Amino acid sequence: MGGGGALLKIDNIHTSYGVIEALKGVSLKVKEGEIACLLGANGAGKSTTLLTICGVNKPTKGQITFFSRTINGLPPHEIVEEGISLVPEGRRVFPMLTVYENLRMGAFVRRDKMGIEEDLESIYKNFPILKERKNQMAGTLSGGEQQMLAIARALISRPRLLLLDEPSLGLAPIMVEKIFKIIKDINKSGATILLVEQNAALALEIADYGYVMETGKIAMEDKAEKLLKNKKIKEIYLGG
Amino acid sequence: MMQDIKKWAFGSLWLFILTIPFLGIINALYFLVSLIVLAILWFIYKPFEQNILDVQSKLLQLPMPSIRWSLYFVIAILVLILPFISDQYITNVATSAITYIVLALGLNIVVGFAGLLDLGYVAFYAVGAYSYALLSTKAGLSFWAVLPLSAIMAAIFGIILGFPTLRLRGDYLAIVTLGFGEMIRITLNNWDSVTGGPNGILNIKGPATLGLSFSQPHHYYYLIIIIGIFTIFAVNRLNNSRIGRAWVAIREDEIAAEAMGINIVKMKLLAFALGASFAGIAGGFFASKMKFVSPESFTFFESVIILCMVVLGGMGSIPGVILGAVVLIILPESLRGFQNYRMIIFGAAMVLIMLFRPQGFIGGVRRRLELHPEDEKILKQETESLYDVKQK
Ligand SMILES: Nc1ncnc2c1ncn2[C@@H]1O[C@H](COP(=O)(O)OP(=O)(O)OP(=O)(O)O)[C@@H](O)[C@H]1O
Ligand SMILES: [Mg+2]
Repeated sequence: MGGGGALLKIDNIHTSYGVIEALKGVSLKVKEGEIACLLGANGAGKSTTLLTICGVNKPTKGQITFFSRTINGLPPHEIVEEGISLVPEGRRVFPMLTVYENLRMGAFVRRDKMGIEEDLESIYKNFPILKERKNQMAGTLSGGEQQMLAIARALISRPRLLLLDEPSLGLAPIMVEKIFKIIKDINKSGATILLVEQNAALALEIADYGYVMETGKIAMEDKAEKLLKNKKIKEIYLGG
Repeated sequence: MMQDIKKWAFGSLWLFILTIPFLGIINALYFLVSLIVLAILWFIYKPFEQNILDVQSKLLQLPMPSIRWSLYFVIAILVLILPFISDQYITNVATSAITYIVLALGLNIVVGFAGLLDLGYVAFYAVGAYSYALLSTKAGLSFWAVLPLSAIMAAIFGIILGFPTLRLRGDYLAIVTLGFGEMIRITLNNWDSVTGGPNGILNIKGPATLGLSFSQPHHYYYLIIIIGIFTIFAVNRLNNSRIGRAWVAIREDEIAAEAMGINIVKMKLLAFALGASFAGIAGGFFASKMKFVSPESFTFFESVIILCMVVLGGMGSIPGVILGAVVLIILPESLRGFQNYRMIIFGAAMVLIMLFRPQGFIGGVRRRLELHPEDEKILKQETESLYDVKQK
């Protein structure tokens, strides 16, 4: 494989909120077809990294390449068209739109009506609960259902890279398991995934490669199975 | 229930105290008594509210074509024959009401659809009116040539004024747009060589077509009906389009909308430009009808009234905004007999509506959800759906 297989390559990016520098030189790679996970404590800069990749935040320094094309500096809507899709932290579904309308928003950049309808059908097949509730306001869904909707909404743009920000946040254990199974299935069906998680044990279990962030920098990186056995990781993130 | 009683008590007392200086204690007491009567009526109505809301939402949401279309049909006939069954005064009031419908529907694009609070909307009305006045008196162009140009001029101003506000939200946006509105008015007031300053522009030509030159009130009435129908169709089409959905997404969650691939900058500017263009058309019509424009017609108060029409009627709902405009024009007119008190009664009515129907007359189901998230019905749904998940 080597470096040639890198779908996404982030090279030494810096991102600031006003005077606060949240990212102080982050570098990472995501290879085509893999699940990479990004771990780290609260405030380490994980969400900022994802938001910088998809253009919502602009890096002050560094380079982001996707399919060997430089994408930093592009506006978010062009990055979505390149094939990167984000499931934001805290789900952020549109609460006053119905489930169906939310899914239509996900397909905003697509113009092929037929294709969208087909994908909607396959999404309804994979997420039967969304079909059941397709005319219900998204704000009235339960947390787990909203998370499924957020994922489905991101999938419908047919991303080549899916960015997931803490999909297990605030969910009951059964729901978390379900969501992780869905993530694995999405990956099997061909999408590359960059997963941000607090739940390190679960994330490393499904991931191929892992990065650990600390205060705006990558502090450690390795194959997922090796990180799982790493002493320091065990101590800090896996509860001893 | 207790909460409502509290609201009424505080509301009436507050209005009572507020009106003493204007009305004198005796009249203010009458006012208080009428408020209490209103309160009693309200508490009679309250137990039926849910039924009424249900019926209303069925009428609005569900396809009940026969009832809906017959209702529209009756309204349409009444509107069409109005000049024949009433006098010139009423025709003029109706013309003004429809002009405000056009304005309110335009502002609804910005405030209701895209969620951008604009307190300077009257500026675009002014730009339309002055564009019409100048192009018609100085360049001698005809009404049909100038009206679209007024719309385009207003749209250009919408973009110019919208651009610096793109990063602003909520209160900040409101303050800046308010400032822009005032800037336009002050410019019109002081740029004597072009705008005639406080004296305005006189002798503006009215429209003429097929040998008929517009002179009677009902000529203008039918003209504004055509403009009004065009506006309703256009705004309705926008609402149900890809662009309309993008606006709603931006209103609900800007970052999520961005992540969906919506071009926020383009969509916001489009909202400003399209919203302004309807104000431009209304302004052009206004200038052609009055034959005279001056800065006095475009004060901050106008912006507030138009915003009230949108908010009272029900933000984002087209029938709601139309109703809001009609009520806010007809209410003060019908209170003319009360002379000086009419603005107070008008203000009181608005305060009461906001207290008891914050979603507006015809707030879409969406507004209702937004403003009363504690509604039992929704809570129930939510716990039910949670329950479902646990079951699996
Ligand atoms: N909109 C913002 N404005 C200012 N500072 C911000 C903003 N968003 C994040 N920050 C700061 O940037 C740093 C990184 O935040 P970020 O949200 O990326 O952390 P995170 O790793 O995702 O944390 P968590 O696990 O809590 O989600 C934090 O110090 C945070 O306070
Ligand atoms: Mg985060």
